[in-house]
Parts: sequence; structure tokens; C-alpha cells
Amino acid sequence: MTVTATPTTDSQPGYKWVGTRPVRHDGLDKVTGRAKYGADLNLPGMLTGAVLRSPHAHARILSIDTSAAEAMEGVRAVVTGADFPMLESGGEGSGEEYYDPLDLCRNVMARDKVLYEGHALAAVAATSRREALTALAAIKVDYQVLPHVLDVSEAMSPDAPILHEDLITEGVDPVPDKPSNVASRYVIDRGDIEKGFAEADVIVEREFATQPVHQGYIEPHAVVADVGEDGKAMVFCSSQGHFMVRAHTAELLGWEPSRVKVIPAEIGGGFGGKTTVYIEPVATRLSQKAGRPVKIVMTRDEVFRATGPTSGCKIRLKVGATRDGRLTAVSGSMAYQAGAFKGSPVSLGCMCAFAPYAIENVFLEGFDVVVNMPKVTAYRAPGAPMASFASETLLDEIAEQLDMDPLDFRLRNAAEEGVRSVYGPIHKRIGFRETVEAVRDHPQYSIELGPNQGRGVASGFWFNFGGSSSATVHINEDGSASVLTGSPDIGGSRASMALMAAEELGIDVYDITPIVSDTESVGYTDVTGGSRVTHATGLAVIDACRKVVADLRVRAAKVWDVDVEEVEWVDGRAQHVSGDRAPMTTRDLAADAAGTGGPITASAAVNARGAGAAFSTQVCDVEVDPETGYVKILRYTTAQDAGRAIHPSYVEGQMQGGVAQGIGWALNEEYIFDSDGTMENAGFLDYRMPVASDLPMIDTVIVEVPNPGHPYGVRGVGEVGIVPPMAAVANAIHDATGLRMSELPMSPVKVLEAIGANGG
Amino acid sequence: MARVIFGSALRRYTGGVEEVEIEATTVRSLINALDRRFPGLGEHLGSGLAVAIDGEIMTDALYEPVPEGAEVHFLPPIGGG
Repeated sequence: MTVTATPTTDSQPGYKWVGTRPVRHDGLDKVTGRAKYGADLNLPGMLTGAVLRSPHAHARILSIDTSAAEAMEGVRAVVTGADFPMLESGGEGSGEEYYDPLDLCRNVMARDKVLYEGHALAAVAATSRREALTALAAIKVDYQVLPHVLDVSEAMSPDAPILHEDLITEGVDPVPDKPSNVASRYVIDRGDIEKGFAEADVIVEREFATQPVHQGYIEPHAVVADVGEDGKAMVFCSSQGHFMVRAHTAELLGWEPSRVKVIPAEIGGGFGGKTTVYIEPVATRLSQKAGRPVKIVMTRDEVFRATGPTSGCKIRLKVGATRDGRLTAVSGSMAYQAGAFKGSPVSLGCMCAFAPYAIENVFLEGFDVVVNMPKVTAYRAPGAPMASFASETLLDEIAEQLDMDPLDFRLRNAAEEGVRSVYGPIHKRIGFRETVEAVRDHPQYSIELGPNQGRGVASGFWFNFGGSSSATVHINEDGSASVLTGSPDIGGSRASMALMAAEELGIDVYDITPIVSDTESVGYTDVTGGSRVTHATGLAVIDACRKVVADLRVRAAKVWDVDVEEVEWVDGRAQHVSGDRAPMTTRDLAADAAGTGGPITASAAVNARGAGAAFSTQVCDVEVDPETGYVKILRYTTAQDAGRAIHPSYVEGQMQGGVAQGIGWALNEEYIFDSDGTMENAGFLDYRMPVASDLPMIDTVIVEVPNPGHPYGVRGVGEVGIVPPMAAVANAIHDATGLRMSELPMSPVKVLEAIGANGG
Repeated sequence: MARVIFGSALRRYTGGVEEVEIEATTVRSLINALDRRFPGLGEHLGSGLAVAIDGEIMTDALYEPVPEGAEVHFLPPIGGG
């Protein structure tokens, strides 16, 4: 179902291609197995790489002896941290790609300490995987095991084991005189918090806890690196940004970026987890040392133990409202696990938690805390889902106390254009209210519930992002077009680029070939993340297409020997304004291209502005088994403002995917560690992600409140869908049982315990 | 004149001042002017922070124009998945 908030008008004409649902251009290759993923490339003489990983959560590396491994017959290269330059600390990049080079190099290959179980500290390249694994077993490492800490509260205590002796908390006065595990404190402080709570007739306060969860992409990290005699490297890998891989790989090797060419493989899921590097620099250094191509493919076990989950956290929030349902104040504290190196998304959690609402008095503080687990990596709307689990649960509780419908309560406080956001800036045109109304008006919201059944709603916000993108458009000899971009296609972006190009050029969408080009064939492009590609890369495609159309008009003017102002481009054809000449198609003009100026091609590059914020509101119906604590999702509907759905099927897919991951986060998923800090459930049998049989058909309502910052009104859709589910499920469980669940996951064991504690 | 509103983290470098009006035509000239007003603040505005001009959040924005009467915020870097 699609709800258009702003109906089509003369000033906003209907589209021929935008909003249609063609079969994706890469679909056939993907369903027949022809598409090449990270592990699918094999080169002559290729070696197999494998990585030695720490068995300890925290230990000092006293020595590493690789001599026995190096002497083995099939071994061609061995590397340790000593084979990589130590980089200097400092913030590098911006936005999506902000990172500390020192932390990145120590994460890719440990130096003096291992900081989590699974931390890489050596790697080998051998003529077979068996020989590589045998060689890893022959590497002798002398560890001094240190106390470890995983719980975020314990890590913040003064007597906690310290991960980094040089980590001094930022954002506090006075500056601490000794290290701790608290990397930074972030604060939002607006209005008069005491006055706000004094005005409240109802105040609720509660503590929440969540566990780290993994992005759970189906394709493990995989890379083939081949360093040639000229010293240049070819890297073929699955990632969310091959320009990011080029930059990080070169930096970690001490090279210039131009020495590395990265060819993007297809990507079998990322969800934020493939916005950094792990094995790419390692394979490249091994290839350089061995003089042969090297492939490394992570096992699922390695993916869990050594790549970024997102943070577990502890949150305490307090919310006040007047008797008539107006929010007067929110305050609280959030502490997020960063993993082994600083950089949790806690500031984003603080900014997003109450962003859908107009609230004048706000005090929220966030703590970024290092612990002995893998460095967290982005995961769909980083930081927002956990914070919104807490905030949206409390809003449900306060609406209940006020005896208000929870959607009416949200509408009563909805942020709109011109309202100052919780995090500071004033909202531009947004569609939050429309998402709430869409759920209110959906048939699910009025279906009668049975015994042990309950209904919950929740909303969520995500910023969305613009950033740098490039595109090149070629008109081929037959009049078809090739559209080259630098954005890996995770969620159907080839199709959306082709649709926008078809709209601009006026040719059939299947006469357009969308291509994800390597780092030497298209201009720099930021990662596919931040829900930015349809907006930002789309802007580059539109711009390049408009240049091509301008050129096509010039070519037609030459053929007709008229002024270019007399040539119009209508529905894929050049027309003379008089109407007395036969129109020329792209095929006609391409056939004569050599004579009118040579090949027809244009490129465009943008640092895109104008990304429109995203909002989602969702309703969940559950049935709770009082005997087992099992929560069954009966029905689920998600309404999301897409601005303008370029390809509605892939918008719906993003919405459903976010909900599916959110339900897994709500009910089952968590990292479980033993007393030594070893992960106990590093596999899909024990780390329980939802499968199709766990979920009902997730109904989608695409709300379209066009973003004024994009020619078609696009808003990013990839992330916000995962923000509301945890609270929606928790609120539904409350409606069914009367229990307020404040810890994730709400597994059968925890629900049963809560029922028992409640006298059930 | 642009109106700059400082979040709590930056108020540490402004002596607690929450907002100022300042003459600037670009983000770079704005940061320079702020650094002159609050010595040392400039280095904390350039390193990875995002800037919001009239509600639009952007990065790599040093040369971005600051319209007359604009409201400007400096925010943590906005990442994504």
C-alpha cells in the first residue's frame, strides 16, 4: 500500500518510470548463481590465507614466534603486526567514514595486546587451506592473560580492568588525570529540565539493558588480493564501499591509494557491518610477500568473533507529560559498549531517541565505553534502535497512565516542519505525523485481539545522509545507455539508478545497463550506508543524464542545422519546436555521433546536500504463551516516509528487512560470553536470527512526503525501519501480559521469568 | 549575521556561552570568526564534526555558504549502516 501525502499536481507531474516495479537488472544473475561474490574469484597460482586469532579476551602479547610456520613446505608468507606500519592517532575522514587510524591498524592486526577473543594477531598464506591452518597452529604466541571486562557498567567502574593506558575521557571537566574505559561523554542539554518536570502531571522512569547483536549478513567477509610486479594491488572483495577499502587498505600498508585498485564483488548483505576493513590489508600484504594472489574467506565463526556487532547498552530514562498529554521534559543517561576501541554510536542514540517529538526541555548524556569484545561497527541506524527501545517503551507507559491511545499521544507531540529537534536544528519538511496516521488508519489497528494477545506501537527516526557520489552515463551505438556508479548495490540500487536514468533520458528502463564500477573506472564515491545511495548517487546520475540530454539536443540541432534552443527533448526523442521534422531517438543520434562530435557521454559528481530525514511508525500484534514465555508475532505493519519510492518493491523490501532484523533483536539475538570472555554462540544455530517461519507477512505502507532536497522527492529508506520494532514488540507484550519488559532480548526464558515474578 | 547555537560539548570552549551572532559567508569563515571570539574553539569544530545550516546536516562543508540570518549547529559526525 502506498500513501501519497502530497497528491500529484500539474507542478509535480506524474512519472513514466519512477515509481514502477521492473525486475531488477541484476536479478537473473543472482537467482541463477552467475553473480560473483567475494569468495567466487579464483586466480592462477592463488594461495589460501588464514588468520590467527586470540583465544583470550584480554592479554598482553609477550612474543610471537612464526619461524616454524614459515619453514613449512606449503607456506609462502607469514605476517604479524610488525608487517604493518603503526599509524598515528587522530580523527580521519568525516561523516560515514570517520575513524581513528591508530585504532583501525590495531584492530586489523594486534600489536602489544589482544583486546578481544578473535582479535587477529598473525596470518599465513599457503598452497592449501589445510596447510594454512596447520601453519597457524605452529605459530607460538606467549600471552600474559589480563583481567577482562564486558559489561558496560562494570567497565565504567573505577576498579575495572583498563583496556588502553592512554585513553583519557573526553568531554568532561576537569580533564581526568588517569585513564579509564570511558572514551567520551556526550550531552544534549536544552531548555530547563527542572522546570519541565515541575510542569509534568505524570512522570515515568525506568532502566533498560540490551546486549550486543550482529548484523548477521549471510555472506562472510571475503577477499582476493593480487600484488603485481609493478607493486600495484588488485583487490576483489565484498564491501559497502570499494573506495573505502582502497583508502583503508592503502593507509594500513603505508601506500598511496592509487597503488590499490578495488573491484567490487556483489555483496551478500552488509547492514553497516561492511563499512570498514578486516582482511583486505592482510591479504594484500600476504600477496606482496608471497608474490602470488591470496584469497581469505572468513568462516561464520570468525565473522561473529572478529567483526563488528553493534553495542549492548544500559539506559536510564525519565519522561514527564501534562495531564492532557503534552511532553514537558525528558532526561537520562545512556552507556554504550564500543568494543575494543572507542567509537560507539551513543551520541546518535541520544540524538535519535526522542527526535520524532517536540520537546523543549531535554537533558541526555551518553557514554562511549570500551570493553573486551570486537570493535562495534555500524548497524542500520547506528545507536537509534536501542535508545528508541527505551524511549518508545516509556512513551507507551506514559500514554497508558494518561489513558490515551498511544498513537494519539504521539500525534499530540509530533515534531513537524519548523519545530526544533531534540538534538538542536529545526526540522525541515518531514513526514512523521503521516506515518502515525497511516498506522492509525490501517486495518490491523482495529482488529480485535484474543486471549493472551496484545498490540504495541512505536515510532523511530533516522537522519539519512548525503555525501560524495559520482556517475558516468554513456549512450551506446544502439541508443541504449550504460550508467556507471561507485555505489555497491545492497538493496536494489542498480534498479533505482536505472529508473531515474530512464526517467531523465526518456528511454526504456531495460535499455539502461546499471553498472557498479571499480575504483579506476568511476569517480570517488562514499560507502553505501547512511541510507544515502538513492538520494546522493541518484543526484549524480540525474545530473549526468541531464548533461547527456543537453548534448543530445546539441547533436540534433547540428543535424537539423538549427539553433539548439529550437530543439526539445520529449519522451526520449529530440523534437523541433515547429513539429515539422521527424523526431530523432537516442538510436538515431548515436548512429550519427561520430559526425556530430564523437561519443555521447557525461559524468557528474556531487557532495549531496538535502537528504530528507526518515520516520517510521509500526504496529505489532503478538500472542504470548503463558506456559512457555514464547512470543509469537501474529501481525505486523510498518509505515515509513520514503519521500518518493523510486522502485516501491525495493522500498518495501528495505522496510520489511528492517522489521525482521528488529524482531530478531527484540526476541532472540544476543552475544553470549562465558566467564573467560569467550563467545559461546558464534554460529547461526545458537545465535538465533528469525527465519521465514518465525514471521508473519510484514505489511508495508509507503508514505510519500516528498523531500524538497531531491528532484523526485527521495528520502533514504534503508535504516529507519529497524528503529521501532523492539519497543513495538515490548509494548505488545505489555498489552498481552501487563508486563513491562526492559531487557533485550525478550526471549521465552526472560518472559517466563517476568510472568513468574509477577505472580503468574 | 549567522546565529550559532552551541551544544553542551562545545560550551566548554565558549565559557558557557550558548549562542552567538557572528558575521560569516562560509563555514570556514564562520569557524575562523568563532576561533577569534573563543580562542581554541576552531580546532574542535573542524575535526569530523557535521554542521547543520538551517536544519540541513552536512559534512565536508568548509566552503559551504552561510546565508544571512542562518542558524548553525555543530553536531557529532553522523554515520550510518
